[in-house]
Formats: sequence, structure tokens, C-alpha cells
Amino acid sequence: MRSLFFKKIGCISVIFFAIACTTAFAQTESDGIMIPKHYLCIGAMYSQSNWNNYWEGTLKRDNQNIGTLNTYMYGPMLNYGITSRLNLLASAPYVNTHASGGTLASMHGFQDLTASLKWMPFDVRVGSGDLSFYAIGSAVIPLTNYVSDFLPMSIGLHCKSAMFRAMADYQTGNFFLTGSGLYNFRSNITIDRNSYYTTTLIYSNEVAMPNVSVFNFRMGYRTPKIIAEAVLENSTTLGGFDIRKNDMPFPSNKMNATTAGANFKYSLNSGLEFTAGGDYVVAGRNVGQSTILHAGVYYLFSVKRSHGTTADSQAQDEHKL
Amino acid sequence: MKRHFYLIVIVLAAMSMVLWSCNKNIIDHTTQYPSLNPSNLDLNADAWKPVLLTGFSDLSVSPPDAVTSPAYQADLNEIKAYQTTLTADQKSAIQYWSAGAILRWNEILRDLVAKHNIPPYQNEDGTYPAPSSANPFAYPQFPFSNPPYAARSYAYVSAAQYDALIAAWHFKKQYNRLAPYKNDAGVQALVPKTNLPSYPSEEAVAAGTAIELLKLLFPTEIAYIEQKESEEKAAAIMSGANTRTDWDAGESLGKQVASKFTARARTDHAGTAGGNPTIWTQLVTQTAATGQTPWKSLELPSRPPMLPLFNKVKPFLFDSLTVIALRPGPPPSTSSDQFKKETQEVLYYSKNVTREHNALVAFWADGAATYTPAGHWDAIAADEFVKQNYSEVRWARNMALLNMALMDAAIVCWDAKYYYFNPRPSQVDVNIKTLTGLPNFPSYTSGHSNFSAAAAAVLTYLLPDRGTKFTDLAHDAAMSRLYGGIHYRSDVEVGLVTGAKVGQYAVQRGKSDGADSN
Repeated sequence: MRSLFFKKIGCISVIFFAIACTTAFAQTESDGIMIPKHYLCIGAMYSQSNWNNYWEGTLKRDNQNIGTLNTYMYGPMLNYGITSRLNLLASAPYVNTHASGGTLASMHGFQDLTASLKWMPFDVRVGSGDLSFYAIGSAVIPLTNYVSDFLPMSIGLHCKSAMFRAMADYQTGNFFLTGSGLYNFRSNITIDRNSYYTTTLIYSNEVAMPNVSVFNFRMGYRTPKIIAEAVLENSTTLGGFDIRKNDMPFPSNKMNATTAGANFKYSLNSGLEFTAGGDYVVAGRNVGQSTILHAGVYYLFSVKRSHGTTADSQAQDEHKL
Repeated sequence: MKRHFYLIVIVLAAMSMVLWSCNKNIIDHTTQYPSLNPSNLDLNADAWKPVLLTGFSDLSVSPPDAVTSPAYQADLNEIKAYQTTLTADQKSAIQYWSAGAILRWNEILRDLVAKHNIPPYQNEDGTYPAPSSANPFAYPQFPFSNPPYAARSYAYVSAAQYDALIAAWHFKKQYNRLAPYKNDAGVQALVPKTNLPSYPSEEAVAAGTAIELLKLLFPTEIAYIEQKESEEKAAAIMSGANTRTDWDAGESLGKQVASKFTARARTDHAGTAGGNPTIWTQLVTQTAATGQTPWKSLELPSRPPMLPLFNKVKPFLFDSLTVIALRPGPPPSTSSDQFKKETQEVLYYSKNVTREHNALVAFWADGAATYTPAGHWDAIAADEFVKQNYSEVRWARNMALLNMALMDAAIVCWDAKYYYFNPRPSQVDVNIKTLTGLPNFPSYTSGHSNFSAAAAAVLTYLLPDRGTKFTDLAHDAAMSRLYGGIHYRSDVEVGLVTGAKVGQYAVQRGKSDGADSN
């Protein structure tokens, strides 16, 4: 039955300061769910993140000149079943930032296109359950020439990114457990200045962006109609430098975050699906201590209407539970 | 599966493109500067007009060892020994320093300014600690190299290096001992050869001068500065340009000249420019008494204004009465229609942001953790000067003219800021949001405009073939502050006029210092 499950999970990059370049709107690429061949899922999602406290290096502080930093993301996403073992996912969020205090201007715009291929090469029966393996590759391309060098107001970091995730999922009865690791290769970015200070003054408009690794664990209850899960994620920037005390943040900072959250999904027989969830940054470095809430509405349907029965029966064949 | 091949290809191609572009090496263009190979040795520079020196009689440079002496031969042997075993790092240090000592020490200073240009974090009770030169390592470290502090630092180092190099040229001509590679064919020249006498070393003079001033200006960085000096010294000797005694005589001379500048710096009133709570309150009450809305810090918690007494600092190019004479007329009254109109204009730019404006604002922001506007103009000047093949003494003279103008522009600008104590746009209209950090000092006139116009005047005088390049850049810098929502048009336009006037003082000095007739 796994193949009919589809849900939206929290965006790992909504941890602010904008860890975009990780995955902006990483919808289902980090869960153990595939949709069947020739099925298309389209949806709209919304998330809002806010923080009052952030870390300058390891120093946790608030800042009345920012107050609460709010980030809103809206956007379309889609998931297409190329085969029941190969899905294509894409999303393109519109992002809006706003600080409740101080004078810094809000920023808004379309952020990054994230396109992923999710492949489930094989699954095996283990004990009473089903163990499946996945390989996921994603490409992230900025959609507009947005400003990355105005953190924390920037809507993203404006790097191109190639991400590789390896994942295993085990389901027994209605209980499941998923673990994955992701490596994010990030391109350098170009900023509007021709010099900048990291730990030394660099005379260039190009900024070296360190790569990022992410570990994600999720577990919970999963049936065709309902999913309820807890998620724990750690994102580590492999390099970068700390924000010094009372300095401004910079795109190549060492942005680390450990996030805990929960997600829920409810599916109707009509193909409509509703998701909601939340995350909280429990530990961080050079990021905001965000609270993230998100919700989405999706519609799953077969795109081969003339062969509807075939597709349906094929989908039925692929049900495993 | 084959039908979907193209999809897979697209995603994989996009991912590969990213990986291909994954070479993270950044090319810092200052590392690409060529070796300095002066087109004119400026042998008459000992007759140029110095800033503080009144002659050479109180400077001591011992006569050098004769080139036939065993001591000099030993110095040459040291170079030869190094040259047989040069490592890649040593060769790269030689290449780095060969671009010029005035240039590299100016860059080192820009680095220090950027590193120390962070406003102090507040105390628990909402007050702010001030950096203390008496206890420089305590938080907040001394100094907070904000724009006026930075402008003053660049000026002192540049002016002192200029005077010290005039003195160096005097002693070079007096002793006339040529470079090691001229005296011994067994010494290789790993930098461009010159007929300029190498005793005392001009590179060492620049280093010795900078070291003494930076000990005062950036006291927590002495170990770093000494390390840079020893790198440069090793490079100068290993390259065949200097013997150890060439270097030591130069460094000593630089330090002697620097002491005249450190003595001036200790009594130029910069140390008390921060004011005190009584003065901060006075500024508010005296402005309110004139019927004008006084400036208020919009930082939270409220931060004392930046260096309200910087106008008392002793300028280089004119006297303190001229500071007052250069003060522009008042800004539009805060109750006038003109003021409302200008506030509306700032609001318009704040609400109607173009990507081009964003780029201009960021390019010229020169805020926290940058080399400040003065450093930005030094960087612009350096990029131009490296194309000119100046001698070290002309490099120093031109940087001194530029940086004295920048420092004096800061003094004159800060005088207007605290004389009028005019509010920032966001203070009078909370809807005005800013595209860069809001500076914590009064609005009228714009610091960027003063700095940029002063620098543009000097650079246009020095490099007339660049046409309007520098005045165009100054205009961009000034207007970026209006686009960024932190200045009114009057601040910008009047600031450009005043800055250009300050710049002309440096131009007049340049025209009469003897360097143009070389």
C-alpha cells in the first residue's frame, strides 16, 4: 500500500537564517513513499517560520533590532510516477521575509526550483515487515536573481546545488521507521559586493559555499488513510565560519541545526490529501531558533485516463500491504 | 523506462552542472597584482614637501658597510644561501610582496579595519560598553574601527609612510649603496631590478612606519603585524632586493618617522571623540531648543551616537577654523514642506526597490565588518595605482593625499552631523524600511557622499586620463544611500559638495608638494 501514500513533510531549509541551498521545499524526497506509475500528485503548500532567538556562533541571543523574524513560503509542488519505482518531484516556492523590529526591509520573490528523482531499486521482506531502499538525486536552481547577501532578510542563499540522499525505510504493520543521509554539493555564489570579510578580507564578488550534510530520521504510524510521524533532523555545514558577536550573518556561515518535528497526513478516497505539521530547532549554530508550521493540500490522480482501469489495476498490483 | 529517459537526463544534467561548477577556489584579484616595476624612480623625492617632517637632521641612519667589507660580503652570502633552497611558499611570498610595500601595508590595514569594525554588543542593563585603549583585549576589543576611526587610521599610516619615504630617498642618495644583485653577480634578482639605492630599504621603511602606527591604532594585533613584517623582511632578503642591513636601517628609519605621527595621534583629540552622557543629552536639548526634531538612535537598546566629538580631531589639510568654515548651511527644517517632500522621496525608494538599486546599496554599503568607505576608496585607488608603475614614494604620496582627504572629510562631515543633529528618514516615518543597516548617527550630511566626493577629487587630479570615472563612482556611492532608505536627497547632494571642497585641499597640496614637477 506504500505506493499510494503521499504526503508533505517539513521543509528542512526553513531553518533560518535561510539554509536554502539545502532543500527549499523538500517535499517527499526524504520519506519512504512512492506514487504509482502514471500518477501525478499536484499540490500547494504553505509554511511559516519564525524566530526570536538565534545563535552567533555558539552564543544564543535575541535582537530587538530584528524582533521576530518571520518567513512565509507558498508554492506549488508536484510528484509524478514515472514508474512505481521512479518518481519525479519538483517544487518552486515563493518566499517572503519580515522582521517585526528594526528598520531592515522585507524581501520576497520566487526562490529556488528543486527537482528530484527518487528511485527505489529494491525492497525485501524482513521478518514481519518490508524493508525498502532508495536513492534520491536532486538539483536546485535559483529561479530569480534574488539578493542572498542581506541575511537574515534574504529569501535564500542563491546557490545551485546537487544533492544525493541514500535512504532506508522499514514498515511492519502500521508502524514505520525511515532513516536517510544527504550530501549537498553547493556552488559558489556571486554577491553584489567586490570584497567581504570571513576570517580575512577577500577581494572577490564570489563566495565559496561549503557543502552540507543532513541526517534525517522519522518514525510513526502509517496507513493508506493516515500518517502520523515524528521527525528528527540534523543539518551540518561542512566548513564555513561563525558569526562573531554582534556581527551580521553571511551566506557562507557555518549554519547547523538540529530540528525535531511532527507531521500528519489525511487522505480521502477521492485523491485529495491534507498535510500539516511543525518543527522546532532544538539546537543550532549561526541560525535562528525557528518554529515552523506548515500545511498543504494535494490531489493525486492518474494521468492515463483512457487506460484508467489498467493504471488502477497496476497500482493495485503494487500495493504491498 | 526508456520513454522517461529524457527526464532522468535533464535532472542528472542539472546535477552535473552544479558539480562541474563545484570548484570552490576563489580568486582574490589582489593576489594577481604584478610586481612593482617603477617607470620613474622619483630621485628628487627627497625635495618633496613632507606632512610633519621639518628636515632630516633629527633622523639617524648610520653609514652602511662598504660593499667590499667582510660584513657586507656576509650579508650577500646569506642571500645566496637562501636562494639555493627557496620553497614554493617563500617564492610565493616574494611574489606577493613584490607588488609593493605601500600597497600591501594598506591592504593589511584594510583587513584590520574590517576585522574590528563591529559595534559593541550591549550590556545586561541596556547600556553599551566602550572599547578602551588602556585595556584593548577586554570586550569590546579596542578599537571599534568605525568609518571615522578607519579614515583616521588610513591617513596616519599613509602620511607617515610618505614622510618616511621622503627621508628614505634622502638617505638613499646620501649613501648610494645599490641593491645586492648590483654588487654581486652571484645574487639573483627575483624581483624587477632597479637602480634605486637599496640602503635604507624602502620596503622596510614602509613596514617600520606601519608597525609603529598600528601598535597604537590596533594594539591587539601586534603579533599579527610583527608576523607580516618578518614575512616581508624574509621576502626582501631572499629576493635579492635587500641585505639584512638594508632592511634593518629602513625599518629603524620608518619607526623614527612614525614616532612623530604617533605623538600627534595621541594628542589629536580622537581619544575623547566618543563624548559622554552629558554631551549626548546636550545634543538633544540644544537641537530641540532650535525647534528642530533632534536625532534619536533607532537601535534597540538605544545606542549613544557614534563619535559626536570627532569634529574636534585635528585635521591634516587645514586648521580647525576651516572645519567650521566648510560646514554646509542647514538642512531643510524638520517642519518644512521641503523636508516632508524629501522624506516622501526616501519612502518612495524604500517601497520601490529595483534589483539595480539593491546591488548599488550593497556594493557601497561598507558597513559592519567591512573596510568602511575610506577603505573602499583605498581599494579603488590601489586597483588604479598598480597600473601606473609608481615608485614606492609616489605610491605613498598619492595614498597620503587620498587618505588625508578622507580623514578630513570625516571630520568636516561629523561636524555637520552633530551641529545639525538631524533625524534619519526612518525616525520621522516608520514606514521607511532600509536596504542596509541604519547607521547610528545623524543624517545630515551623508558620510558616504563626503568621503566619496573627497576621494574622487583627489583621484581625478592624480589620474586625469580616467575622465569622470571617479566622480561617477562617487555619485553612485552617494545615491546608494538614498536608494537604501537611510539618507535624504539633501544629505547626499550637500555631502557631495562639501566632500569635493575637502578633496580640493588635498589637490592643492598635491600641486605644490613638488611631486608633479618630477
